[in-house]
Amino acid sequence: MDATPATPARPVLEGPDIARMLTRIAHEIVERAKGAEDVVLLGIPTRGVFLARRLAAKLEEITGRSVLVGSLDITMYRDDLRLGPARTLARTDIPGDGIEGRVVLLVDDVLFSGRTIRAALDALNDIGRPRAVQLAVLVDRGHRELPIRADYVGKNLPTSLRETVKVQLAEEDGRDAVLLGVKQTTPAGER
Amino acid sequence: MKRHLISAADLSRDDAVLILDTAEEMARVADRPIKKLPTLRGRTVVNLFFEDSTRTRISFEAAAKRLSADVINFSAKGSSVSKGESLKDTALTLEAMGADAVVIRHHDSGAPHRLATSGWIGGSVINAGDGTHEHPTQALLDAFTMRRRLAGGEGDLNGCRITIVGDILHSRVARSNVHLLTTLGAEVTLVAPPTLVPVGVGNWPCEVSYDLDAVLAKSDAVMMLRVQRERMNAAFFPTEREYARRYGLDGDRMARMPEHAVVMHPGPMNRGMEITAEVADSPRCTAVEQVTNGVSIRMAVMYLLLGGNEPALTTSSTEENK
Amino acid sequence: MGKTLIRGAKVLGGEAQDVLIDGETIAEVGQNLQAEGAEVIEADGRILLPGLVDLHTHLREPGREDSETVLTGTKAAAVGGYTSVHAMANTFPVADTAGVVEQVWRLGKESGYCDVQPVGAVTVGLEGKKLAELGAMHDSAANVRVFSDDGKCVDDAVIMRRALEYVKAFDGVVAQHAQEPRLTEGAQMNEGIVSAELGLGGWPAVAEESIIARDVLLADHVGSRVHICHLSTAGSVEIIRWAKSRGIDVTAEVTPHHLLLTDELVRTYNPVYKVNPPLRTERDVMALREALADGTIDVVATDHAPHPHEDKDCEWGAAAMGMVGLETALSVIQHTMVDTGLLDWAQVADRMSFRPAVIGRLEGHGRPVSVGEPANLTLVDSAYRGAVDPAGFASRSRNTPYEGRELPGRVTHTFLRGRATVVDGKLA
Repeated sequence: MDATPATPARPVLEGPDIARMLTRIAHEIVERAKGAEDVVLLGIPTRGVFLARRLAAKLEEITGRSVLVGSLDITMYRDDLRLGPARTLARTDIPGDGIEGRVVLLVDDVLFSGRTIRAALDALNDIGRPRAVQLAVLVDRGHRELPIRADYVGKNLPTSLRETVKVQLAEEDGRDAVLLGVKQTTPAGER
Repeated sequence: MKRHLISAADLSRDDAVLILDTAEEMARVADRPIKKLPTLRGRTVVNLFFEDSTRTRISFEAAAKRLSADVINFSAKGSSVSKGESLKDTALTLEAMGADAVVIRHHDSGAPHRLATSGWIGGSVINAGDGTHEHPTQALLDAFTMRRRLAGGEGDLNGCRITIVGDILHSRVARSNVHLLTTLGAEVTLVAPPTLVPVGVGNWPCEVSYDLDAVLAKSDAVMMLRVQRERMNAAFFPTEREYARRYGLDGDRMARMPEHAVVMHPGPMNRGMEITAEVADSPRCTAVEQVTNGVSIRMAVMYLLLGGNEPALTTSSTEENK
Repeated sequence: MGKTLIRGAKVLGGEAQDVLIDGETIAEVGQNLQAEGAEVIEADGRILLPGLVDLHTHLREPGREDSETVLTGTKAAAVGGYTSVHAMANTFPVADTAGVVEQVWRLGKESGYCDVQPVGAVTVGLEGKKLAELGAMHDSAANVRVFSDDGKCVDDAVIMRRALEYVKAFDGVVAQHAQEPRLTEGAQMNEGIVSAELGLGGWPAVAEESIIARDVLLADHVGSRVHICHLSTAGSVEIIRWAKSRGIDVTAEVTPHHLLLTDELVRTYNPVYKVNPPLRTERDVMALREALADGTIDVVATDHAPHPHEDKDCEWGAAAMGMVGLETALSVIQHTMVDTGLLDWAQVADRMSFRPAVIGRLEGHGRPVSVGEPANLTLVDSAYRGAVDPAGFASRSRNTPYEGRELPGRVTHTFLRGRATVVDGKLA
């Protein structure tokens, strides 16, 4: 997704920061979704899925109820499929009875152009009709190309298009961190 | 992956596993209210069928439509092809219509290979069965079915013992399965009367047996091939009755298979010939499941070939001599 | 016709000599020949051979003039160094009457590039049922001595026996296309490892060998000679070797392509490799080379089989069988037999000129390069190396399996009874 950084990426958020942010988001969800009873968390692979699971665990902690969590692969709904080789698919796993009439909370690591979320909304549309769709992201780095905003944001991180934002999670990367780097080349509007 | 799917021998282990994994995701689409994906919107897939095969054609058609591709069915019967138009001219016509992929079923072995390498068309060629050569998507759906039943739906088929019974000589299904299943790590045994085993089979990466009863107990899956009754007239075997007695799968034989073992059949079945109704209708027989899985596999193949500006990238660990 | 002096040519690959052609005959052979007014060709160490004789050519006329005519086919023959070709009988109509063989013979005369000796069909319509009028064809102006149903096998043992016997009356010979028909129904390629993988109908070696075995025994029984077309298997070689050791009067031919190409090429499904008999295995190729070298196989015959582009530009199963060969035969033989040390040039002259003429009972061809003999000669630049370019073929058809392949040797001059038909590699 991001080009190899020319200079070593530096961490702007560390593990404890991320844990704190997720806790805050979980509380916000409980507050705004009135106990989060009919919420289904759908993480967008790869790291959105781990974040969704962590959020679900925190929600269960807060509410004492089990929370539905799954994953939503958006690959086949992307608008840039023809710009590269066919992409490997990730797992779509809709928990319970599906999303019909529920509040779907999409979870992703970084919100950037908004195109991933556009694709996710299309994908949801083919799966069912939720009562509402909300979006939680760990980092919002700006530079939207579509009219999309997040309902829950861990951190707003002002960036330039020359910079890269990389989220690392223990489940996938062995540690928790958000890294800020600089791209070698800057094709404007990538992603 | 290569740009075309002509032979199961062209698939590396990683290619094959990627197709099976992708098909697992495609299979989930079938469980949704809207069984459609927008992925191949604007792509044109031509089903070019020189041989009648409604089952295979509708499977490819359903797969392409679920991926939102435009599907053109070109049946050789009643078209200019049956009036002597050559494969080349047909291909040029399809090219002119902007076909992104041509799914070809042909009575001549090698016709898809020819279509893919002759420069007549620019799109991908998917072999839907050529003569007595190969039928790679059938082998993939068979492997998919076995992986679900025998290997937890993940990874490859390492160590699975697969027995393929019947007219090996004329079977494109057998050829593709021998290549693919061995690539996936399975041990394959072919069982047939010696008349229906090709000369040269000694070079295939599998065992050959003339005795069905001897291998049943050592089989995790037994794949029964359709045996055409016409073969009897060419003296491949004396009578249907004798064939059924020696090489048909009935309830007694099925009972001698390991408990977990499944019976497979690519269809259409000759009940009473290679398989009895008792076996065909038993829960151990995966024939119907295979048909369902066929759509998922064909979706996966089309997606991986057409879903980007080039086929999906996998390491190419195919044998050098292919 | 004037005089031509070929200077410094290695006659049959031997020492460089001068050869003087006067009119239609060889007038002098020696060192430092002088000839007033003679056209001089500096051979510069090139190889001088007797004009090549092909026992097995398909000229396609009458009937399939879209693939070849007697004129284009004889031009191709001249370019390949041939001065005589035997035109096979599977034309439309079939050359099974005196009328058709005379027509082909006359067209050959008119072409002027190469003598055409028509082959007569053994059976009416090549159908294997009823003997054609073999005597009438022999007695015609075409003077037919070689009879063949080539393309089809004379599979009925009684018909074959009768034909073998009948042609003894005029010293004719039956050239058998050995292919047991039932064993080759739907056959597309050599039956073996490759056919098993490709799913193409297998053409077993035994389908050829069983017919050869039967026919040498028949020939022995009735005291006739028999010629076997295009041997393709190691087993066929064994049978011929055995038959010759028993004193059976059998001769055999091999095509250049069976000395070079194998069934591995069929993996491309490119119909340019589709041929009857089919390409066999490496082991067969080596056995055929050895047999040609030791004389078990008597002659090289091209089985030049032209087909129009559309009959090869299609799927394998729909494609016609056959390859053109006249213009590449000598190069393939140099490549497979001479450059490998299996044959010297004198032996090449034997296998490609002397012996075919003897088998066909041809007069005026396959003669030594010596004084008084007809000046049928071929000058070969054996040092030449070049890629085969079918676009430059004199044949009307382009179905060569060697396109783009680098092969050695090139015919620079061909003389038919003293007249140059090819000069500097080009038709005169």
